[in-house]
Formats: sequence, C-alpha cells, structure tokens
Amino acid sequence: MFEIFGIPSQALFGQLLLGLINGSFYALLSLGLAVIFGMLNIINFTHGAQYMMGAFCAYLLLQYLGINYWAALIIVPIIIGLFGIVIERLFLQHLHKLDHLYGLILTFGLALIIEGLFRNYYGSSGQPYQVPEALRGGRNLGFMFLPNYRAWVIAFSLVVCLATWYAIERTRLGSYLRAATENPTLVRAFGINVPRMVTLTYGFGVALAALAGVMAAPIYNVSPQMGSDLIIVVFAVVVIGGMGSIMGAIVTGFVLGIVEGLTKVFFPEASNTVIFGIMIVVLLLRPAGLFGRTA
Amino acid sequence: MMERVVDPLLIQKRREASVSFAIGFAALAGFFAVTPFVMYPVFLMQVLCFALFACAFNLLIGYVGLVSFGHALYFGWASYFSAYTAKAWGWPPEAAILTGTAAAAVLGVIAGGLAIRRQGIYFAMITLALAQMMYLVALRVKMTGGEDGIQAVPRGRLFGTFDLANDMTMYAVVAVVVLAAFLLIYRIINSPFGEVLKAIRENELRTVSLGYKTERYKLVAFVLSATLAGLAGSLKALVFQLASLTDVHWTMSGDVVLMTLLGGLGTVFGPFVGAFCVVAMQNYLAQSGQWVLVIQGVIFVVCVLLFRRGIVGELASYLRVKL
Repeated sequence: MFEIFGIPSQALFGQLLLGLINGSFYALLSLGLAVIFGMLNIINFTHGAQYMMGAFCAYLLLQYLGINYWAALIIVPIIIGLFGIVIERLFLQHLHKLDHLYGLILTFGLALIIEGLFRNYYGSSGQPYQVPEALRGGRNLGFMFLPNYRAWVIAFSLVVCLATWYAIERTRLGSYLRAATENPTLVRAFGINVPRMVTLTYGFGVALAALAGVMAAPIYNVSPQMGSDLIIVVFAVVVIGGMGSIMGAIVTGFVLGIVEGLTKVFFPEASNTVIFGIMIVVLLLRPAGLFGRTA
Repeated sequence: MMERVVDPLLIQKRREASVSFAIGFAALAGFFAVTPFVMYPVFLMQVLCFALFACAFNLLIGYVGLVSFGHALYFGWASYFSAYTAKAWGWPPEAAILTGTAAAAVLGVIAGGLAIRRQGIYFAMITLALAQMMYLVALRVKMTGGEDGIQAVPRGRLFGTFDLANDMTMYAVVAVVVLAAFLLIYRIINSPFGEVLKAIRENELRTVSLGYKTERYKLVAFVLSATLAGLAGSLKALVFQLASLTDVHWTMSGDVVLMTLLGGLGTVFGPFVGAFCVVAMQNYLAQSGQWVLVIQGVIFVVCVLLFRRGIVGELASYLRVKL
C-alpha cells in the first residue's frame, strides 16, 4: 500500500476502475447514439430504455430459461436489436422529412412507455444478477485488487468499440454507410438500398445499447429506471465530444468516465455533476465540441 | 422617407386574427370565471399554473423553434426560491413570487447563454443536461430540503390585505396573474420583436443575412420564456404550499412538452387546452401508478405520428381561423 496525494492507492485505483467501467458504458452508448444520429438524423431518446431492456432481457433469460451470461451476451443484442428494427419500421421511418424535434419527442414517448411498463411489472427496486462463474473473484495487482468481471467489462467494451470503429471507418460496408450519411439520394442512385441500411443501422445502434445493458446487469442492479438517468449523462458526453466522429465518441466516453472516477476520490460531492460541469466549460471554449465539425 | 407598402389582404388577415383572438380570450376568461363555482379551485389553479408554464415553453418551441428539454429547471427552482423566501424569511407572497421569477430569469440568462452556442438537436441535449445538473444540485443543497422539499409554505397576505389562505382569493390572484401573463405573451409574439423570432424559426440563416443578430433575439426569447416559467413555478409553490424535487425533475420537463404538443405547438390557446387535459388526466389516474407514464408516452407517439398540429391546431384548421 502506498499513498498518492494523501489518498491510499487502493481507493484511488478502485475509483479509477469504477470510472473506467462507467466510461465503457458511456462509450458504448454514445457510440450507438452517434451511429444512429449519423444515418437517421434522430437523437434516440429511447437509448436508455433499450439499455435497460438489455439488462432485463438477460435477467429474464437466466431466470426463466436458464440461459447463462455468455449466451445472453449474443442473444440479447439480437433480440433487442430486432425490437429496434420493429420500432424503426413502425414509427421512425415516418419521421424522415420532419423536423429533428419530432424524432426526439417520439423516442422520448417510447422511452416513457417502456419504462412505465417495466415499472408496472417489476416496481422500482432492483433485481440482482449473478456474476458468471468464470469471472468471479479477482486478482491482487500489488497496488490494488482487480475483480475479474470488471476487467472483463472494460476489455470487452474496448474491443466492441474498436471493432465498430473499424467496421465503419475501414470496411466497404462502412464506406456505404458514411456515404449514405453524407448524401443518401446519391448513394441510392448507385443501387444501394438505403432505407434498409437505415433500418439495420438503427437495429445495430440499439443492439449496442442492449449489449451495454447485459454487461451492466451484474454490476448494477437490474431496475426499470437504470437507463433514464444514465442517458442524460450520455447526452452530455455526446455534447462534449460532438457526434461527428466515431473515435471521438469512444475516446470521450472513456476519458469522461475516468475523470468522473477521479472526482469521486478528490471531490466526492461533485462526482455526479462533474460531467455536466465539463460540458459547460467545453461549450464556453469550444462550442462545436471536442471532436465536432462546425454545427 | 420610404413609403410603407401594406398589402390590404394582410391587413384583413390581421384583423381576422385579432377578432378570433378576442373571441378566444373572452371564452377563456369566461371559462376561468365560471368554473371555480363548479370545479375544485385547487385543481383549476393547478391547470392555470401549468398553462402558464406551457405558454412560456410554447413561446420558445412554437415561435422561435428552439426545443428546450429542460424547462423544469426554471419552473422548479423558481418554486424553491419563492417557497424558501415565503417560509424561512417570512416574506409576503408578492415578494416571494417576484424573487422566484427573478431567480428563474437569472438561471435563464446563464443556461440560455450556454445553450444557444449550439443549434438543433444539441440545443435540446444541452438544456436537458443543464437541468439534470441543477436537479442533482437540488438533491444536495440545504435550501431545497432534499427529498422532503419545502413543505407547509405559508400563502400569506397579498399586499398585506388579501388573505390567500382562502382558496377563492388565491384562485382570483392566480387567474388574474396567469391571464395577464398570457396577454403579455400574445403581445410579444405579435410585436416586431415577435416577427423576428418567427423569421428565425422559419429560416435562421436568411434572418442573419437580413442583418438581425439572431443570437441576441434567441437569448432574449429564452430568458423571457424562463422568466415566465419561473412565474408559473412561484405561483405553484404558493398554491400547493410545497416545492419539491418533482418540480425540477426531467419528467416535469417532459410534461410541459406533452402539454404544449397536445394543445398545439405554436398556437396561442393550445397550451391552455393541453395543460387542462394533462393535469386532468394526471389527477384522474393518480391511483393507477405507472400507467400515467405509459399513457403519456402513448400520447406523445400518437401526437407525433397522427396529429402534429395538436388539438387547437386541428380545430383552427377546421374552422379556418388562427387560434
């Protein structure tokens, strides 16, 4: 044990780790928001609710069908992603030519419906979800104790984020996607089915949120309102980073998580407002956001 | 001096608009003059406060095209300030209301100044994030009483003479203040200043190119809206003798969007109709718990997909008048 600025290393690194975990969720969620916004021009207010659905879906699969964490990691994003596709086909596709505002309001309404339904059946209290067997326990790194599950969450979200970045920025499919973001009409003229691509993009963004939900289930309790408070913080993250860049969203998410963790060590009372504070500073100094192109 | 060319058709249109407004306002004032004798005054006061809140919100969303998703910030914090000064310092109601309203104006200057630095969808996210930040502050600081809120706020005597503890007296004051504020909003949106706001809504770049400093207009409109939302919140604190976390939570920001949308965005009377429907529904469904959330969500979805003009907007287009 040693001390840094009068703080025991155990506490400091422990909070840093928690910060990184939060950062993973910020990164996954803001990445999903950015991808969806790029294609649909909609801020997906339902994102928090879909994250919550991911966690609940994993919980229900385990509870009633005995499907374990590892399978849930694959099945849940598919189920919730399909649910997202249905939502896009039923509702969002009609908003294409309307003002931004309506997309925001509609997805806000959907979030209320989903959260309300889950609260009706599960109340406000949280349901516990066991950490999978293989990831229980942890290891002592000398300066801190590292629980295996938390290490896994950070590593896996990093991999998912980077894979998404690679798929969008470096593959052919990704180039279609980027082109369709810039000029959908022209891309359509080349014979690419843009509306289908839009639908699938939405499904993918939602699947990312659901995946974050599954990973969050063993760390936080699974509860109906777990998404709504988180999504507002993620909005602030998105304002700070700007939605122009995929890598920007990832980096901003992780960095802000770490900053939040550090604040918890040094100024605990400011820990849950620090991201909003950073947002204010960024708005004053760089109104377009850290990675934003001019708005 | 250049002669102003005025289109006679425009004059006629304006005249028709002001006639339909006069009729509408008479109906509204008549409604609120008669109903306290047949409905609960407290319920009607709630409707009036939320109607003013929605009118203030509509000033931004309907006439400038700015979507603030954090209007609970001004409503809630104004209600804290007015409740605190009335209770802890024993200030008379008129001073408490003014303090709350002024606090909202100051918050509006700060939040509005930050939010107008970005456009469109970012504007909505920034206002929401700032409101959430101040919600978390309200959760912590001593002044707000945290989870308990500020309870048993004395209504006091207005100007030292009118005893507001009487529901009917309180009602009369709320009705007069809200209707006066409503007339003020109508005056604002029909002033040259209001015309510039509408121009910004229709095409901001073109308005800039005509030489208007749109940033300033947006900020002034934002502060006006925040101030009036604060007036509504201050009144509400005295009516219910309570200021609580509910008033600063994001669900309150959602409620005001719902009222305005349901009544009709950018219609003069829409916010009143919307507030009446939403408040009535919330009171009626108060026992059924979370279903309120679900039903509100469904109304949002239906409004966006099927009737974006809202109740008053649809009525106006059916009657072919401006309401």
